[in-house]
Amino acid sequence: MNTYTLPNEKGHYGIFGGRFVPETLMKAVIELNEAYEEAKNDSSFQAEISRLLKEYVGRETPLYFAENLTKHAGGANIYLKREDLNHTGAHKINNAIGQALLAVRMGKRRIVAETGAGQHGVATATVCALLNLDCIIFMGEEDIKRQSLNVFRMELLGAKVVGVTSGSATLKDAVNEALRYWVANVDDTHYLLGSVMGPHPFPVIVRDFQSVIGKETKAQFLERNGCLPEAVVACIGGGSNAMGMFYPFIEDETVQLFGVEAAGAGVETDFHAASLTKGKPGVLHGALMYLLQTDDGQVQEAHSISAGLDYPGVGPEHSYLKDSGRASYFSITDHEALDAFQLLSKLEGIIPALESAHAVAYAIKLAGEMEKTENIVVCLSGRGDKDVDTVKARIEGGK
Amino acid sequence: MNRIEKAFSLLKENNKKAFVPYIMAGDGGLEVLVDRLVLLERFGATAIEVGVPFSDPVADGPTIQQAGLRALENGTTLKEIISVLEKAREVVTIPIILMTYLNPIYAYGINEFVKDIRQAGVDGCIIPDLPIEEEEMIAPQLEEVQLELIRLVTLTTPLERIKTIASKGRGFLYMVTVKGITGERKEYDEQLYQFLQLVKQVSPIPVMAGFGISNKHQISEITAYCDGVIVGSKVVDLFEQDDLGELENLMSIFKQESNIM
Repeated sequence: MNTYTLPNEKGHYGIFGGRFVPETLMKAVIELNEAYEEAKNDSSFQAEISRLLKEYVGRETPLYFAENLTKHAGGANIYLKREDLNHTGAHKINNAIGQALLAVRMGKRRIVAETGAGQHGVATATVCALLNLDCIIFMGEEDIKRQSLNVFRMELLGAKVVGVTSGSATLKDAVNEALRYWVANVDDTHYLLGSVMGPHPFPVIVRDFQSVIGKETKAQFLERNGCLPEAVVACIGGGSNAMGMFYPFIEDETVQLFGVEAAGAGVETDFHAASLTKGKPGVLHGALMYLLQTDDGQVQEAHSISAGLDYPGVGPEHSYLKDSGRASYFSITDHEALDAFQLLSKLEGIIPALESAHAVAYAIKLAGEMEKTENIVVCLSGRGDKDVDTVKARIEGGK
Repeated sequence: MNRIEKAFSLLKENNKKAFVPYIMAGDGGLEVLVDRLVLLERFGATAIEVGVPFSDPVADGPTIQQAGLRALENGTTLKEIISVLEKAREVVTIPIILMTYLNPIYAYGINEFVKDIRQAGVDGCIIPDLPIEEEEMIAPQLEEVQLELIRLVTLTTPLERIKTIASKGRGFLYMVTVKGITGERKEYDEQLYQFLQLVKQVSPIPVMAGFGISNKHQISEITAYCDGVIVGSKVVDLFEQDDLGELENLMSIFKQESNIM
């Protein structure tokens, strides 16, 4: 493969990406790009991020050989990159810290963000507490009901949580409201977008801040085994943990990249979130990307047991990697994810987030098809404490 | 000269300001669209913006969001809107401008869309989520068949960028009067009037102000600094409440022979 340099200066990844936002936001989006380009090359900025990631977040996170799971799968060795051990319990904080420091650098003391399950909201509220920034989180009313404990967490951290009732009252609508809020308050507010989506430069910024996952994995794996893994696997909603895992491996042709979407009740039904498997290219929230939509271009609602994967689009870079063939994308149903959730808990004593359980479920299948000498690293993007109520209800309901 | 340019040059000759109402296609059912367009022309509209409903209208406030949802619940599609506009063209003489987010056009197929709206007698498009950086995907096709892409400038657009946008502009320049989304506003930022003057100075084409305008007082204040106003949420509301008397009243100053205030 040639050197990978995407996106281009307009934020395009092939036909995907771009800056499809109202003119009111263009100044902010252009300024953010300039500020980020400058910060990226400023060693004191990078040093401050590294310090917080080490001392506050607890990085580096372990790369753990899951021996019991490997035996169960009966094929390739399965390793887990333990992003669940980060402060706040998921990979989301990697990006929240970077963007909040960038906002401070730009003189913006107010942060607005969207959240689905509440993981990105909690990470954002946490960093805002740390850096003494005003924090407003938009969250769909449906998600507020599903994740009431996370709402309380955010409020405890000093954030204002605003319920969104428009549309389907889930993550997509929370992004709409956060964008509307940003349009109205753009002078003093930074939009701390939580995934590798939205207008350029957000997909680049989030990818870069999350790349710490893949960089550490690569170094840890090399040190332990003297080679690179044959495959890495990560779940995909918007796609931030996957992009953070994939990006440092993108030029290593021998490493296969697997993204796992939520198939919900099944991709043959209307109740899934498999944008790459079942969607068509379209424009939403500032970017051209694979999108679940009707023939008339109306965006459809996504469905998944995992609120963090419940989004009808997927980052533009994943859209590009799918079309270019560099990464492969598969989907896992609610049912399969629930099984993997319980299996990992019992076999390894690790309760994964339902999002991450999708990646685990696919890795088990994949391992079975690979040689025992080969290796897979799964990005275990978050911990499952937030999901035990949901899982309990599903298991008891299924009895 | 196309219909939009003609309409504005006629206004200029007569020392008049423009009034462009916005309505949501399919709100109240697509069957009322032609009648509403005819009525707006009779009340003195210079041109009409016809909104295409979209599931995720990020530039719009509650009034237009709700109107869009009602239209979608009625099963409204872009294809049907275009075919109704083709019929409307037989009885409506003023310019018709489609206001649509990009995705319905993208799903329709850009070349197909341009061909079909031209065939239907539509005069131009406003695409609120298409900044000049991305317009190459549709602007050349529109230009080729002399359809106007109406571009927007806002209170956050820097002067140099305003000049760039205005110089590309065709038809008129849409000046967004608030930092925010569509919907009624009680008052405007003090900078607005200075800003309008500035935009008016640098724009080679007429400047129309829109977002938040809902009463005669605002209209007379704002039109002192530009070529006319676009009124959306208020018009949508008045149709929804079926208060046509108030709509006629709001537009009455534009029916007078000379309405320079």
